Amino acid sequence: MKRAFFPGCSLQATGREYGISTRAVARHLDLELIEIPDWNCCGASSAHSTDELLALALPARNLALAEKMGLDIVAPCAGCFNRLRAAEVALRKPAWQTRVEQLLGMPVTGKITTCNLLDFLVNQVGPETIRRKVIRPLRGLRVVCYYGCLLVRPRALTGFDDPENPQSMDRLMLDLGATVIDWPFKTECCGGNLAIPCTDLTLKMSGQLLRRAQEAGAEAIVTACPLCMLNLDARQEEMEKFGMNLPLPIFYFTELMGLSMGLAPESLGLQCHFTDPQKLLQAKLLL
Amino acid sequence: MDLKEQMREAGVDFSACYQCGKCTASCPVAFAMDYGPRHIVRFLQLGWWDEALKSRSIWLCAACDTCSTRCPRSVNPAKMMDCLRVQAGNRRIVAEPKVKVFNDTFLHIIRRYGRIHEGELAIRFNLITGQLFKDARLGVAMLRRGKIHGMPRRIRGIGTLRRIFAQTDGRKE
Ligand code: SF4
Ligand code: SF4
Repeated sequence: MKRAFFPGCSLQATGREYGISTRAVARHLDLELIEIPDWNCCGASSAHSTDELLALALPARNLALAEKMGLDIVAPCAGCFNRLRAAEVALRKPAWQTRVEQLLGMPVTGKITTCNLLDFLVNQVGPETIRRKVIRPLRGLRVVCYYGCLLVRPRALTGFDDPENPQSMDRLMLDLGATVIDWPFKTECCGGNLAIPCTDLTLKMSGQLLRRAQEAGAEAIVTACPLCMLNLDARQEEMEKFGMNLPLPIFYFTELMGLSMGLAPESLGLQCHFTDPQKLLQAKLLL
Repeated sequence: MDLKEQMREAGVDFSACYQCGKCTASCPVAFAMDYGPRHIVRFLQLGWWDEALKSRSIWLCAACDTCSTRCPRSVNPAKMMDCLRVQAGNRRIVAEPKVKVFNDTFLHIIRRYGRIHEGELAIRFNLITGQLFKDARLGVAMLRRGKIHGMPRRIRGIGTLRRIFAQTDGRKE
C-alpha cells in the first residue's frame, strides 16, 4: 500500500520517536509512506485562533502537493490530521475553494483525503495483517489507551471512531497481546498547546490524567498524539511536586506495535522518552 | 462582517441554547475560566459582546471540542470560542496576553521558515513575556534527546506561505 506521508513538525523534533517508530513499523509491514516534498506546518491551533482563511490555506497547500503525487495522505499527528481534514472539508464549498486556490496559486480540488495513521493501520491495513506480524506479544503489560481530543473530535471531521468512547486503539493493543484497561478519560483534554503559555493549567490537566490512569491500574498510557505525549511524558518531574507517585511511562502506539513485532527498541526511538520505560519493559520481559 | 453574522456563517447557533450547562460541566478548563462556555453563550444571547470579548475564558479554552460534541442543541460553543478569539485579537482586546503571544510567535516562525522551530519558539516566547529561564531545564533535556531541530531551515515554497500570511493579516471581514 502506498500513501503520501505528512510527518508534520512534531515528528521531526519533540515527537521524533513517533516518526522513527512509524517508519520502522511501516517498513516492517511493507507499507510505502512517501513524504510529501516540501510540506509546510499545518498552522495548528494558533492559526485557527487567529484567522479562518489562514487556518485553511496552510494545510491546503499540503493537500495540493499530495494531489500532485496522486496519493491520499497518512498523517500520524492528531493535530495535523485534524487541520488537514478541516481544510479538505472546507474545500468542498466552491467559495472557499476559489479563495484558497487564489491564495496558493495552485489547484487544489480537495479530492485527496487524509487519514490518521491509527485509522489507516487498524481499518485499511487491517488487524489480520498486524496480528500475523506479532511475534512477541505484550503479555501482562497493563495499559490504558488515551485518544485525546483532535483524533476523534469533531466527529464530523474525524469520522473513524466514537468521540466519547473510541475503541480502535484498544482493539489494536489487544491484538498486540497487551492487557487493555477501560477508563473514562480516553478523550479528556491534556491541555494541548496551553502547555507553554499556561504551564500550571496543563500540569493540572495532564496530572489528573496520569493519576486516573494509575487509579485504573495501568502501568503505562498509550497515545497517538505528539502533543499529548509531550504533556504527559516530559513534565512528570514537575508533577511530582504535587505529591504524585510517578513515573508512569507513556508510549506511542507505534512503539508498542514495533516491540510486539520484534523490532529493536533503539530502532523505535524508545531512548528519546523523558520518562524511561526500560524498567517496566524489562519487568515484562519485553526488552 | 459583524460578529453576529460571522458566528452564523461559522455554524454557531447561540440563540438555540437553552442554558442546560452541559458544556460548562464538560469543559476541562472551566475551573480556571472567569466564565464557563454556558455563560459566554448567554452573553451573546443578551448581546453583551464586550463582556464575551473581554473574558479570559476565550483564551484559556483549549479548543478540545468536548462542549460541541455534547451540546444537545448543536450550538457549537467551541467554534464560538474560536470566533471570539479571532475577533478579540483583531480588536486587540486580549485578557490573557501570554496565550496570544504564544499564537503570534508560533505563526511568526511559520511565516519565516514554513515549519515550526521549537527552540526559537520557546526563546522568543520567553523573551517577549519576560520569563527568560522558563522551561530552561526542559529545553536542555530536549536538546539532549534530539527533540529540538538544529538550525531552522526554510522550505522552498516559503513565497507561497508569505503570500498567504500577507493576504490574511488583520483581515477584518
Ligand atoms: S450545552 Fe449547549 S444548550 Fe447547553 S448550555 Fe451549553 S451551549 Fe447551551
Ligand atoms: S472547546 Fe473550549 S470551551 Fe469547549 S469544552 Fe473545550 S476548553 Fe471548554
